[in-house]
Parts: sequence; C-alpha cells; structure tokens
Amino acid sequence: MNRLLLNKIILVLSTLSAILGIGFLFWILITLTYKGLSAINLDIFTHDLVNGGIRNLLIGQFTMALIASALAVPIGMFAGIWLREYSNNSKLAFVIRNLSDIMMSAPSIVIGVFVFAIFVDPFGSYNGFAGIIALTIMMIPIIINTTDNMLALVPKELREAGIALGGSKHKIILQIVIKAAKVGITTGVLLSFARIIGETAPLLFTSANNQFFTMDLTGQFPSLTVSIYNLATYPDEQSRQLAWGASFVLTVIVLAINLAGRYLTRHKK
Amino acid sequence: MSNNLVMDIKDFYFTYAGVDKPSLKGINLPIKKNRITALIGPSGCGKSTLLRSMNRIHDLYPGNRYQGEIILYRDGEEENILNIKKENDFIKLRQRVGMIFQKPTPFPMSIYDNVAYGLKLAGVKSKSELDDRVEEALKDSAIWEETKDRLNTSALGMSGGQQQRLCIARAIALKPEILLFDEPTSALDPISTGAIEELIAKLRDEVSVVIVTHNMQQASRLSDYTAFMYLGDLIEYDKTEKMFLNPSKKLTEDYITGRFG
Repeated sequence: MNRLLLNKIILVLSTLSAILGIGFLFWILITLTYKGLSAINLDIFTHDLVNGGIRNLLIGQFTMALIASALAVPIGMFAGIWLREYSNNSKLAFVIRNLSDIMMSAPSIVIGVFVFAIFVDPFGSYNGFAGIIALTIMMIPIIINTTDNMLALVPKELREAGIALGGSKHKIILQIVIKAAKVGITTGVLLSFARIIGETAPLLFTSANNQFFTMDLTGQFPSLTVSIYNLATYPDEQSRQLAWGASFVLTVIVLAINLAGRYLTRHKK
Repeated sequence: MSNNLVMDIKDFYFTYAGVDKPSLKGINLPIKKNRITALIGPSGCGKSTLLRSMNRIHDLYPGNRYQGEIILYRDGEEENILNIKKENDFIKLRQRVGMIFQKPTPFPMSIYDNVAYGLKLAGVKSKSELDDRVEEALKDSAIWEETKDRLNTSALGMSGGQQQRLCIARAIALKPEILLFDEPTSALDPISTGAIEELIAKLRDEVSVVIVTHNMQQASRLSDYTAFMYLGDLIEYDKTEKMFLNPSKKLTEDYITGRFG
C-alpha cells in the first residue's frame, strides 16, 4: 500500500513541477507576444534608435555576432579536430578539453569584464571590436565541444576505410570524417550562434551601444540587447514600448535559429 | 619459390601500444598468389591483428611495435613493408593491399564518388578514365545492374549487403595485388553473405585474398589455404582441405570440430 501511495505522491509532485515550469515559460511568451506585438510596426524596422526604431540595433547585433562566428567557427573547429583526431588523448588534450568545458560555463559578465580590461580600457573608448572579441570568446568553447563530440560519433572504421584506400590522414579527416559529422557540427554552430546573438553581458561594457547607424567598429557599436537593457529602465512609456518590441523580435530570431537547428538534426541524412 | 607468393610473413611479432607482451609471437605465413587464404581461430587469437599488419593500418594509432619481416613481392622485386616510414610509401602500400571491414563503411557521398574516391587519391584525373574504372569496378563487384541508374544518389541509402559490395568495388577499383577481408559478412544476412562469398571466390582470378572469419563453414567453402591461430601463435597452416579433413595438430582438430572456441 505504501508503495502505491509513494508512487502517487511522486507523480503528483512531478506533474505539478512540470506545470509550474511550463506555466512560467508560457507566461513569459504570452506577455512578450502581447506587449511586443503591439509595439511592432514597419516603422521600427526602418528607423534607427535615435528616431525610435531598431534598424541600426539589428544590423549592429548581427554584424558583431556574424564576425564573431567567422572567427570562432574556424578556431573552434580546428581545435576540436585537433582534440579528437590528432591529440591521441594526451595530457595536453585532457587539460584543453577540461578548460574548454569550464570556459563554456563561465559567466558571460566575467568575459565582458576581461575584454573590457584588455580591449576597452587601454584604448579609452568602448568599441565594436571589443564586443566581437567577447562574443568570440564565448563561442569558441561551444564550437570546440560540438566538433569534438560530433567527430567522436563518427565510427573509427570510416577513418580506417579511408586510410586503407590510400588516403592521408588530413585528407580523410577533411573529406570524409567532417562530411560524416557535418549535420551535427552545423547544428552546433547554429545553436551557438543563437546563444551569442541574445547575449547582453559581454557587450554591456565592450561595444556598449550607439543610437545611430554606424559600421565603424572602432567606436561604440549599436546593440539590440544592450538597448533592451537601457530602454527598459527609461521612465517614458515610448522607450519601454520599444524595449518590448525589440525583445519580441529577438525572441523570434533566437527561436527561429533554434528550430532550424532542430529541423536539421531531425532530417539529417 | 617466391614465384607463387605475393606476401611472406617471417618470424613476425606485433606488440600493441602500452603493452609489454606481444600479441603475435613469431608468425610465419606465406600468402599465395591468386589464392584465398583464411585466418581462423577463437576471439582474441590475433587473426585480425595479423591481418591489420599486412597493410599497416595499425600505424593509424601511435606506439604499436612490429618485429620480423613482412615481404611484399611484385615482378621479382621484394620489399619489407615493416620498413616503410614515409607517408607516400604508406599510401602506395595501401593501394597495393586493399582492405574490407566487418561493418560496411560507405563514405557519406554518392555511389559514384565512393568508388572514384580511391582512384582520385591515386591521381586519376581524367573524367572518362574515372567513368570507365568506376563502371568496371562496379561490374566486377556484381552491383553494376543495381546501381547504374542511381550512381549519383547517396551510398548511405543502400542495403547493408549492397554497401559491402560497394566497399569491395571501391577497393578493387585500385587494382590491388592483395585484398584483406576482416570478417566481411558477419554483419550481413545469409543472402547478402552468399553474394559476397560468390564475389570473393570470383575475385581470386584477379587478386590474392586473405580473409579473417569466425565462420568455419565460410573458411572451408571459400578458401584454398587455411591458417589456424591461437593465443597469438600460428598453430597450423595448410591446404584448406587438409586442415578440415585431416589436421596435424590436436588443437586445430579440437577447434574445427567445435570442441572449444
């Protein structure tokens, strides 16, 4: 009898917890959609922040995230390839793998402070490059981890088959192993992009923000997330409205990238 | 004497990385030209280790040690493959000594590209030559009829048996002197197994075959010579008929009659 009772209690508790968790998630999404949608119109996409729009912010955020990806993806992939294919699980590889894992869970504000000390303070001004570097640092360990793990899933027989046909190791890795792990790595890249596109803390005092449209990475650079942080604290209703709108747009972007990643994984071939 | 040999393994020792004791101890085994040699023995006896020494695929992993000689013969020339050190010479060795694995290993590319891959590595560039040799290899592996209309589709969509024949096609496209088979049918159903065995038997005219198998019937059906290995030693080597009907060693007889293993 006791077992059945315990079973019921656990069932009720876990159901309640699930409802609580999902409930909050939907609460967020519904509020965001409700408040965000009403703030959204064509005008905010065609005007810069100084004129009450988010055009420069979207372009700025994507510029930094895309350049960061262009740096982090090759670095992370090569590091991952070295770890899995060339390190022979040496001590050095063990250290690097663990450091990379720790970096992955490092608080993003800490990375922001670090980059501030290295790339902002010495130059005397916030700048877009610093923002890019902070995002790159965030992204590299995620790419290393994904590449490492996805390559581990490729059976060693595939490598041996390539070698047995007269291939050299680097050719087999580049032409066969990577190809076999392509879907997994692509998904990882997409998800890590989704992660950094929504980051605020690493940008807060690196790129900071800019009300105007600019492509000059040596000065303060427009950022959607930092703007949301700023706008939400302003007293006027219009600014807060724009913050809701910007949050909604950001959520839709992150959601879309995540869904694309999931779609890829599910329809892999 | 070396005329009818493609390979001669002499007093060969192999030791895996990080281990003191050798896994193969003083193996002597001739591989006869245009014949099928089967390696049999219980799990862990070293037959796969020996096979994987013949194209030095062990060298993919660092720290393994070889001792003795594995002589590869061609046109009166001989070469001890254990002396190979340069990457280019490894590539040449593997083009001369091909390998088929237990699980089919199609590359994630089209059927055509799978077969053409080794050829491209070997430096074949002309499109028409590639076309011809891909077709020839697929015909020789008896899957041309099944694949000729879908050469550009992914090889991953084929059945296991087809994939294994594709891997054989990929290997024979290079016109190797020796083909090594590492339990090539143990992951396949009986019908696919039959097709592969038939193919291997036919290949004998073109190439010398060494096959590792757990399946005693397969060894007796297929091979001309059989070597029985046990705990890293080569216990007995002879004509397959003799080995199965009248083995000289008690151990061989016990294994073949199923008393252990």
